[in-house]
Amino acid sequence: MLAYIVRRLFYALPILLGVNLLTFALFFVVNTPDDMARMQLGVKRVTPEAIAKWKADRGYDKPLFVNAAASGSGVLTETIFFGKSARMFAGDFGRAEDGRDIAREIASRMGPSLAIALPNFAIGLLVTVSFALLLTFFRATYLDFWGVVLCVAMMSISTLFYIIGGQYLVSKVWRLVPISGYGGGVEAWKFVILPVAIGVVAGIGSSARWYRTIFIEEIGKDYVRTARAKGLAEAAVLFRHVLRNAMIPILTGVVVVIPLLFMGSLLSESFFGIPGLGSYTIDAIKAQDFAVVRAMVFIGSVLYIAGLILTDISYTFVDPRIRFH
Amino acid sequence: MDFMPVLLWSDVLIWLLVLASVAFGALSSRNPLWRGAWRRIGRSRAGMASATVLLVFVAVGLLDSLHYRPRLAEEPGQGAAAAVYGVEVLSVLDALLTPLRTRTEKTYSAPLATRAYAKEAVDVRDADGQPRQIRDHPRLKYGGAHLGADEGGRDADIGERVLRACGLALALWSAVAAAFTVAMARARGCSPAQAWRRIWCNESDFAGNAVLGALAGLLLLNLPLALLAGDYHVFGTDKVGQDVFYQVLKSVRTALVIGLVTTLVTLPLSIVLGVLAGYFRGWVDDLIQYLYTTLSSIPGVLLIAAAVLMMQVLIDTHPQWFTTAAERADLRLLALCFILGLTSWTSLCRLLRGETMKLRELEYIQAAQSFGVADLRIIARHILPNLMHIVIIALVMDFSSMVLTEAVLSYIDIGVDPTMISFGTMINNARMELAREPAVWWSLLAAFAFMFTLVLAANLLADAVRDAFDPRLAGAA
Repeated sequence: MLAYIVRRLFYALPILLGVNLLTFALFFVVNTPDDMARMQLGVKRVTPEAIAKWKADRGYDKPLFVNAAASGSGVLTETIFFGKSARMFAGDFGRAEDGRDIAREIASRMGPSLAIALPNFAIGLLVTVSFALLLTFFRATYLDFWGVVLCVAMMSISTLFYIIGGQYLVSKVWRLVPISGYGGGVEAWKFVILPVAIGVVAGIGSSARWYRTIFIEEIGKDYVRTARAKGLAEAAVLFRHVLRNAMIPILTGVVVVIPLLFMGSLLSESFFGIPGLGSYTIDAIKAQDFAVVRAMVFIGSVLYIAGLILTDISYTFVDPRIRFH
Repeated sequence: MDFMPVLLWSDVLIWLLVLASVAFGALSSRNPLWRGAWRRIGRSRAGMASATVLLVFVAVGLLDSLHYRPRLAEEPGQGAAAAVYGVEVLSVLDALLTPLRTRTEKTYSAPLATRAYAKEAVDVRDADGQPRQIRDHPRLKYGGAHLGADEGGRDADIGERVLRACGLALALWSAVAAAFTVAMARARGCSPAQAWRRIWCNESDFAGNAVLGALAGLLLLNLPLALLAGDYHVFGTDKVGQDVFYQVLKSVRTALVIGLVTTLVTLPLSIVLGVLAGYFRGWVDDLIQYLYTTLSSIPGVLLIAAAVLMMQVLIDTHPQWFTTAAERADLRLLALCFILGLTSWTSLCRLLRGETMKLRELEYIQAAQSFGVADLRIIARHILPNLMHIVIIALVMDFSSMVLTEAVLSYIDIGVDPTMISFGTMINNARMELAREPAVWWSLLAAFAFMFTLVLAANLLADAVRDAFDPRLAGAA
């Protein structure tokens, strides 16, 4: 098992390298650092000196891949590619436009992000699986039909509507919780509860419908008929047999996102003013802070690859038929 | 000529798509397998009802895809030597909606209001003729202007118009229903009464009742809107006084372009690469797999954000590429489609690769190979046709998610050009309006309601298409 994980980690390396090259190409080859400097400095302050200073401050004043002027290993290390991309592998993300260290910022913002994303994920999974089981239990009845209709309607509503509408109703009209903000410690629940609730409701539509299809497919199998034939109650069949077997496809879809929970949610964090990684990313996008966006792309793909490996490992726990090779 | 036609790139692509889908429909109706699938869609009530609704959206979008630049009024001394055309690019829809487009108020006004939403200092004359300033809701310039001083007559006027519109809707609907019934009776060789019974008792192999029902709903909802929109702001006005109804109608085209043109980018990439990987395997497969694993391992929004940021810099540093603002907005829209397509082809590619691998092991392919048929010919004749159902299903399934994505992207400022009207920019502009006191809700609600209708119809149609084309499900139905 350990050997398998190590091998998977080595497979991940070329992919990370590819991600790095791609983002590098996006950020530095499509637009030269000169263009970015002009963009950042605005129209008024553009002088050749200002551009040169902007580039020097951020380390953009070197050649892209090969520095012929440097000596020794400096030929490769004294370049933008090495300075901006290769150092990301060591967790060094450089500085944001406002001069703050990106790595430290990320570490401090992870907590609030997780405070929203983790309960959202856990409660959301519980709610959608229960809802899908309920629909499966009442399959081919009016309850099932209208439940599916509700799912389709709910997945047709924009996430923005859930957030804007929920915030308006709960915080402004009913005044139950603060509109936005975040506090540490025990007080945090007040700020967390609404984004989590909205996130859960917004996710029900598409996932519950998908899980229902999985359950329905599972319920037509032979072992279910056997279970019924030996006289088990329908509830016992559903919970003890169908649910456990259906968890395999559900898990594969779900485990991938667990590491990405660290990234937080872009929309709800920015609407509720939560100082997490999601709002950090949005702010960076709006301020066109290239360094931060690049760092987030890199972290996101690392986490995604971690999720893929986790998925493979989780298979063995839920399905003993699968062995590593 | 009074106008100069303008062909924006997105118009070209949209009309090409229309042509392609018509050609595809004509070609596929020759194939019995496909004809069966189309029939199954025709039988699905939810599918046909949503198709009717979608057709209206598509019609609005197509009208909005015929662009022109109007000729400016000539200076008296100049003569008719050279025609001067305005820089503003308008569409046929704009021309039809001229009253909605040009009647802008000063700022917010509620739906169907005759007075502004906020109080302002207004000059009045009191009883003894002295001019005096009071704070009141000022009268709107256009909203309900035909009422004159008789503002109390507004409700009666609206009621009368709605009644008239409903009567008109009923008459129109009866005409369409009668024509449909007669046509059906002709085709079946039965009496119109029998045909009528068949339609409503679900006894025909075409869900005519769903189409007629959806049509009735559309007419009853839209004709009153159309009759009222001439003299009122049916959905109110936004911050700069522009009619919200006009904005919502303009948003439809943006949503359609995003939903449809994106697939134009996705399809060739995922079909070519997926089939190549699945058919040739070996290093081709490794390379293509590496490519899509790398792309899909970057979280979608972030990759889009990075690409859009770079595109913005590119556009901003090269203003000389665009002659009008509409062209710039249009190219930015296309670039967004392109970026969305580049980030979303991976899942379809993976599906097609798997299916191709399954197909190439089948006997008929191996027979073709042993006859010495060239690889490309095998792919074109034997593999591609058997993948089309996956492509069609993916195409309709993606549409609704693209429309929803556009709104989110425009909200975080990496969507369409801010000057382009779309559901996303409408929501983005109106995001603070609910926090006002009293809240301004109509802009957001109108955008969300239209987006919901469009996406819901697309989702329902997608389900019907999936049920009809998926061989696993088709056997059961």
